[in-house]
Amino acid sequence: MAKRMAIISLHGSLDAGYPPLILATAAVAMDMEVAIFFTFYGLEIIKKGNADKLQVSPIANPAMPQPIPGISVPNIIGVLPGMTAVATGMMNGWMKKANVAKLSELLEIAIESGVRIIACQMSMDVMGIKKEDLIDGVEVAGAAAFIEFAADDAIALTF
Amino acid sequence: MSFNFDQELDCSGLACPMPILKTKKAVDGLQIGQVLKMIATDPGSLPDIQAWTSKTGHELVGHEEDSGKFTFYIKRAK
Repeated sequence: MAKRMAIISLHGSLDAGYPPLILATAAVAMDMEVAIFFTFYGLEIIKKGNADKLQVSPIANPAMPQPIPGISVPNIIGVLPGMTAVATGMMNGWMKKANVAKLSELLEIAIESGVRIIACQMSMDVMGIKKEDLIDGVEVAGAAAFIEFAADDAIALTF
Repeated sequence: MSFNFDQELDCSGLACPMPILKTKKAVDGLQIGQVLKMIATDPGSLPDIQAWTSKTGHELVGHEEDSGKFTFYIKRAK
């Protein structure tokens, strides 16, 4: 049975932030060793104070539930100014109603319970992100560091 | 059906993965052989707790469901 979970987190939107953190915290609670490699936009999740400010865009996201059930809003409406904020507000509302933990809480639990948070050095250089821009407890490393962890009997997932 | 327990944890209202994370923390705080009573309303909590005990080796001594409220008795095994 695999003893590790190795996760690549590539996207920095509100919806994309949840799966890596939910699976990481659940896996570590099941006595697995877990590392998340945050690369490109995934770095937004681990910027200081940013986890709860992530947004979700309705553009090219036809699976997003309609704001008013039964009334279909054309996807093109999503390009109007302010629609990303509207969609983000809607999604945060659903999350709160279902009593889902905030991303910042899951991130805190992940770090507290020993999940390795690895920030991709190359992405940081490309995007002009410094180590001090990121939350405490982050390791800055490259692909090889993640592969070394993942190569040892890990379930590997990408989000 | 009810069981003797040493500690109680109420996860009512919490969504996945919080009941598992809180259960893990609570069971870690028990002595070996002690039992945690955990209450959850997350409909996914039964398969999740079964999977969690199976993977971690702790024992699900018993569970019951009463109109959407799940009660689990988990014994720390190691």
